[in-house]
Amino acid sequence: MRILLKNFGKSFGAVNVIENLNLEIHDGEMLALLGPSGCGKSTTLFAVCGIHKVTAGQILFGDRDVTHVPSQQRNVGVVFQNYALYPHLSIAENIGFPLKIRKESAAEIKRKVHEMADLVQIGALLDRRPAELSGGQQQRVALARALIRRPDVLLLDEPLANLDAKLRLEMRSEIRRIQQETGITAILVTHDQVEAMSMCDRIAIMKQGQIVQIAAPMEMYDNPVSDFVAGFLGNPPIAFVDGALTGSVFESSGIRIELPSAAQRNGGPVKLGIRPENFQPEFPQKVSGEVTFVESQGRETLYDVRLDDGQILRSIQGHAVRAGVGERVSWGISPDNILIFDEKGARL
Amino acid sequence: MTGNYKTWPMILLLGIITVPLVLMYVYLFVDTVTNSAPGSLVPNEITGEHWRFLWQTLPGRPSIWTATFNTFLFATVTTLIVLSVSSTAGYALSRLNVPFRAFFLAGVMVLHAFPTVTLIIAIFLILQFLGMYNTLIGVILVKASLELPFGIWIMKGFYDTVPWEIEMAGIQDGASRFTVWHKLVLPQVMPAISALGIFSFLAGWSEFILPLVLAPDNKVQVLSVYLAALIADDNNFDMALFKSVGVFYVLPVIVLFLFFQKRLMSIYGGGTKG
Ligand SMILES: Nc1ncnc2c1ncn2[C@@H]1O[C@H](COP(=O)(O)OP(=O)(O)OP(=O)(O)O)[C@@H](O)[C@H]1O
Ligand SMILES: [Mg+2]
Repeated sequence: MRILLKNFGKSFGAVNVIENLNLEIHDGEMLALLGPSGCGKSTTLFAVCGIHKVTAGQILFGDRDVTHVPSQQRNVGVVFQNYALYPHLSIAENIGFPLKIRKESAAEIKRKVHEMADLVQIGALLDRRPAELSGGQQQRVALARALIRRPDVLLLDEPLANLDAKLRLEMRSEIRRIQQETGITAILVTHDQVEAMSMCDRIAIMKQGQIVQIAAPMEMYDNPVSDFVAGFLGNPPIAFVDGALTGSVFESSGIRIELPSAAQRNGGPVKLGIRPENFQPEFPQKVSGEVTFVESQGRETLYDVRLDDGQILRSIQGHAVRAGVGERVSWGISPDNILIFDEKGARL
Repeated sequence: MTGNYKTWPMILLLGIITVPLVLMYVYLFVDTVTNSAPGSLVPNEITGEHWRFLWQTLPGRPSIWTATFNTFLFATVTTLIVLSVSSTAGYALSRLNVPFRAFFLAGVMVLHAFPTVTLIIAIFLILQFLGMYNTLIGVILVKASLELPFGIWIMKGFYDTVPWEIEMAGIQDGASRFTVWHKLVLPQVMPAISALGIFSFLAGWSEFILPLVLAPDNKVQVLSVYLAALIADDNNFDMALFKSVGVFYVLPVIVLFLFFQKRLMSIYGGGTKG
């Protein structure tokens, strides 16, 4: 089911959280709402499911205007951050609750609960209480409960935030698998860029109640519209270097780089964004500096290099450690992959 | 109990302090089934005569069974009213957008702080005016309304601890607001409901001033008033009889306590674990 937010706005009393937001989620797509804490992700999500009343604009499911339709009639499944399982009901009763409300027959409920439990692989746990499950299992139950009445839309509010690193990895692909198997349209709220990039078809980056950019993950990684977006995607994060552009030459007190594809600007202050993988020993445009930090992450090693004017570049390289802290290095930048932003942060 | 100090001196000390109390209880029971010579503490015969009130109505008094039934009715109906109003009002104050919520809560608190005695004349006049003087229903309504502030506050406190998401999840699952309250939220506050219920019942069972002033007639008399009338009667003063009725009166309370001890404690524990 296609979801369309038209000039959507939401304020709490005098506080304007979201103004004039437009967003389209395609049928069967999984879209990530990615942004820093407090930017209005949950607010948007709760407006879509009807928990929050919309203060401006429209929400459409397909061609149906649901702006003023109560939650109960929207047919939206929601997975809350803390799962919100019903503690006094067994797992089977939890999953079957939406059907019970619809007064489906006990046999029918039982059949569907088992089917759902198999889908999320918790078939053996149906008689337990939520308190007797691990975090990952609770999360599966929440997912099953959200999916059992075949909702038109699935909303996930930071569903993985409470899980440990390994489970998070597992549930990431698990949720994606289930979403693809059911073909349901889904919105995933997260502030974890890895989650957004690995699970979703498209990412919408939000900042202060505005959508800054919507694109497929790799497209967004390669072509961010602003330094904010570039800084949000990628781990370890991109490094920014301030300086001035003259013709196609970038200069700051620490470095001088020839930019082949640079927009022609004379003497304007600009900001270069250089991702760690584009700052490597073998690359052509050499800059030198002092290694200030080395972090071995097992398969890869991360270096911070302080340029002569104090700005920091990051480099991520293979396993072998090539330089220690305090050592001077002269590594290269690949000029084709440099991102250039103007002083306000907009991409040039 | 830590191993840092020996426990037996403590126990001994506490034991000595409690001896008078324990003795009082023991004598209370012993005196109801025995007779002793005047001036002696040691009983010299066993008798059932002090319990005669169970099978014969004392002159000028209602039957003990009428009084017991009245007390039971009084305590039970009060409890039912308190439970149904507190569980709904507490929810409304905790979750719904009630206008003047703060005013309400403060007002309820002030009401709770009012000593009953200061209100009793006004209440008496009102009941008189409404024709409910000397009726059980009148005194039940009064008792219930005086118990309500406490109940509402307790219930509101418990509702506050139920996660908001549970209700939202219920709404998303298609349930109406009422179903959500009834099927999802109420079970979370069950410990509070049962504790509050037992409290109200006990408060009703032991209530004295209200029935004494508002419903003193034999037909509607409750046990506390019955008991007080016994001791106030200077003509046929019978201490052993008074004690026996007293024991009869507290027995249900003790039984209730033994059964529901754990639940009573939960009102101080709070929360939804159980
Ligand atoms: N009920 C409310 N009343 C007033 N302001 C609110 C209310 N709910 C949210 N806000 C404000 O709206 C803004 C957006 O909140 P929201 O919960 O959508 O953030 P978020 O993007 O989900 O953040 P997080 O990642 O921390 O969950 C915040 O500044 C918050 O303070
Ligand atoms: Mg949020």
